[in-house]
Amino acid sequence: MIEGAAWRKWLFFYLPLAVFVIWLLFPFYWMAITTLRPDGELYRPWNAKNYEPFWTANPTLDHIMLLLEETLFPTWLWNTMLIALVSTLISLVCGVFAGYALARLKFPFAGSLGTGIFITYLVPQTLLFIPLADVIRNFRLGDTPWALILTYPTFLIPFCTWLMMGYFKAIPKELEECARIDGASRWKAMIYIILPVAVPGILSAGIFAFTLSWNEFIYALVFLSSSEQKTVPVGVVSELIRGDVFYWGPLMAGALMGSIPVALVYSFFVEHYVSGLTGSVKG
Amino acid sequence: MAGVSIRQVNKLYDGAVHAVKDVSLEIHDKEFVVLVGPSGCGKTTTLRMVAGLESITSGEVLIGDTVVNELPPMDRDIAMVFQNYALYPHMSVFDNMAFGLKMRKFARAEIQARVKQAADILGIHELLHRKPRQLSGGQRQRVALGRAIVRHPQVFLFDEPLSNLDAKLRVQMRVELKKLHERLGTTAIYVTHDQVEAMTLGDRVVVMKDGLVQQVGEPLELYNAPANRFVAGFLGSPAMNFVEVRLAERGGALWAEGDGLRIQPLPEQAGRLARLNGGRATLGVRPEDLRIANGSDPEGLCFEADIEVIEKLGAQILLDTRAGSHTIVASVEPTVRARVHDRLRLAINPDRLHFFDAANEAAI
Repeated sequence: MIEGAAWRKWLFFYLPLAVFVIWLLFPFYWMAITTLRPDGELYRPWNAKNYEPFWTANPTLDHIMLLLEETLFPTWLWNTMLIALVSTLISLVCGVFAGYALARLKFPFAGSLGTGIFITYLVPQTLLFIPLADVIRNFRLGDTPWALILTYPTFLIPFCTWLMMGYFKAIPKELEECARIDGASRWKAMIYIILPVAVPGILSAGIFAFTLSWNEFIYALVFLSSSEQKTVPVGVVSELIRGDVFYWGPLMAGALMGSIPVALVYSFFVEHYVSGLTGSVKG
Repeated sequence: MAGVSIRQVNKLYDGAVHAVKDVSLEIHDKEFVVLVGPSGCGKTTTLRMVAGLESITSGEVLIGDTVVNELPPMDRDIAMVFQNYALYPHMSVFDNMAFGLKMRKFARAEIQARVKQAADILGIHELLHRKPRQLSGGQRQRVALGRAIVRHPQVFLFDEPLSNLDAKLRVQMRVELKKLHERLGTTAIYVTHDQVEAMTLGDRVVVMKDGLVQQVGEPLELYNAPANRFVAGFLGSPAMNFVEVRLAERGGALWAEGDGLRIQPLPEQAGRLARLNGGRATLGVRPEDLRIANGSDPEGLCFEADIEVIEKLGAQILLDTRAGSHTIVASVEPTVRARVHDRLRLAINPDRLHFFDAANEAAI
C-alpha cells in the first residue's frame, strides 16, 4: 500500500487506477452509446455545430429492434450458446482427465506427451483451418453446428489439459495417498477428493474455454455458410457489413448483446475464477 | 493387531538411486518403533513401502502373516498420519474422520459411534463441524490422528507427524501420542529426523543412514552402547565429542594419545583395543561424562582445556573448550563458576569412554 500524505495516495494510486479503468472500459462505453444513438446523430459530420460524440440527447432502441427483427440474431445467439457449451463440456471432460493423468500417473513418455499436447496448442488456427476444412468436408459436417463443436476442442483440450495439469500438480499428493489408505481406489480418490478440491481450477478452465469458443471467429467463418447456422461474431460481421456499408448501430448492438452472456458468466464465477488462476490449496 | 516384518527390502528409483538397502526389521505386535536418521536416509521410503505407496524393488513386507508386497494400500489395514496432515479441505472434521469408514461401507450408526469415540479420546468433540482451514496446527494434527484411529487398523504409520508444529506444541503432542499408544496398543511405525522424538517415543529405535540400518535397539541401549560413530554422534544433544587418537603402549599400559590429551582406558577396554596397538582410533565421550577434575582424579583420565564459550542453559552449563586442535563440549553443574579464557582441568568418566575403529567407524 502507498504510505505517507493523502496526495501521494491520489497521485500514485487513484490517478493511475482511473487511467486504467477509463482505458479498459472506454470501448464498452463506445459500444453502448453507439447502440443507443439514432442514425441522425451517428452520421453527423465532425465539424457540425451540434456534434456531440460522447453523449446522446435522444436515446433510441431502433438498432436493437432492427437487430432482433430483421436479422437472425436470436438464432445466432442460440447457435453460439449451444456450440460454446457443448465444446466446453467436451474439452473440460477430456482436459480434466488428461491433466490428472499427466500430473499424477507415472507412465512412459508422460513428459514428452505433455509437451506434445502443448505444442499442438501453439499451431495457429489460421494454418489449421485449411486441413480441418478438408476433414469437415469429408465427414459432411459443413454448415452444421457439429463442424464447430468438433473443431473447437482441437485448441480447447490442450488448453484445458495444461491448466488442469498445473492445478493438479499444486494439490498435495498426500491427500490422494491418504484417501487410498483410507480405502478408496484411485478412481474413487479422484472423484471424492481430488475433483472437489480442484473445482476452482475446473471452473477457470471452463470459463476460459467458454470464452474462447464464444469469441471464435475464423473456424465459424470458414465452416458455416447459411445465415441460420451462423454464430454471433460471424453473423453480425457478415450480415451487418454489406460491401463498404457499415450498419454501425446494429453492429454495436450485436456486439453489446453478444458480450453480455460472457460478462454474466465471468461475474458469476469471479471468486472461484481468481482463486483458480492463483492456484494454491491450503489444508 | 499384528506385527510387521520387513525382510531384506530394497528400493531402487529408476534403477539408479539405491534409497533403501537390504533393510530387515521385525516389529512386534503392539510395539512402537521409530525410524530415525538424517534426511535422505531412506526412512520415509521404508515407511511408504510398508504403506503400499511405493513399490518394493526386492524383498518382502509382511503385516501379520500376510505378504503385502502386491496389495494396494486400501487392503493392508493400516492408517497413516502425514507431516502436512493431508486433511481433505472440502470436508468437515466429522467427514474427514468418517471417510475411511464410509469407503469401507460401515453402517451409519457405527460410523457415528466410532467418530464420537475417537473425538472423545482426542478432545476434538466441539470441532466436528468445522472445516480444516478453521483449525490451528495442533487441532489439525489431532484430526489427522482421529482419522487414523477410527478405523482400528492393525498398524499405524506416522511420517514426521509433529514436524510442522511449533516447539512447545510438539512436546505436548509427543506426550499425547505416547499416551494414545499405551491406551490403544496398536503397532506403530514412526518416522522422524528428530532424535529427541525417537528417544522419547520409541520402544525400539532404528537408526538409518544412506539407506542402511545402522543399529536397532531400545533408546538407552543405543545411547549407551552405540554400534558405530554415526549412531553415537546422531543421538544425544549436545552431541558426543570425538577426538582422533593414536593407540600406543607405554610402561605396560595402553594409552590413547590425541592432540591435546592423553587418556588411559580401563584395563577391560584396553584389552579390546590391544589389537590396534600402534594404530589409529576415534575416542568418543559425551559432554555429561566430563567434569571439572579434582586432585584425586588419576592422571590418565584428565586433560587441560581452555574455555572458549559458556552456554548457561539453566539446569546445566555447557563449556565449549579447546584442547589442542579439538573443540570439546563439557556439560557441568550450574554451580560451577567459570569465565571465558579460563584454563581448566577436565576429567573423563572412564566407564563411559567410547572407541571407534578409524577405518570402518564401528564401536570397539
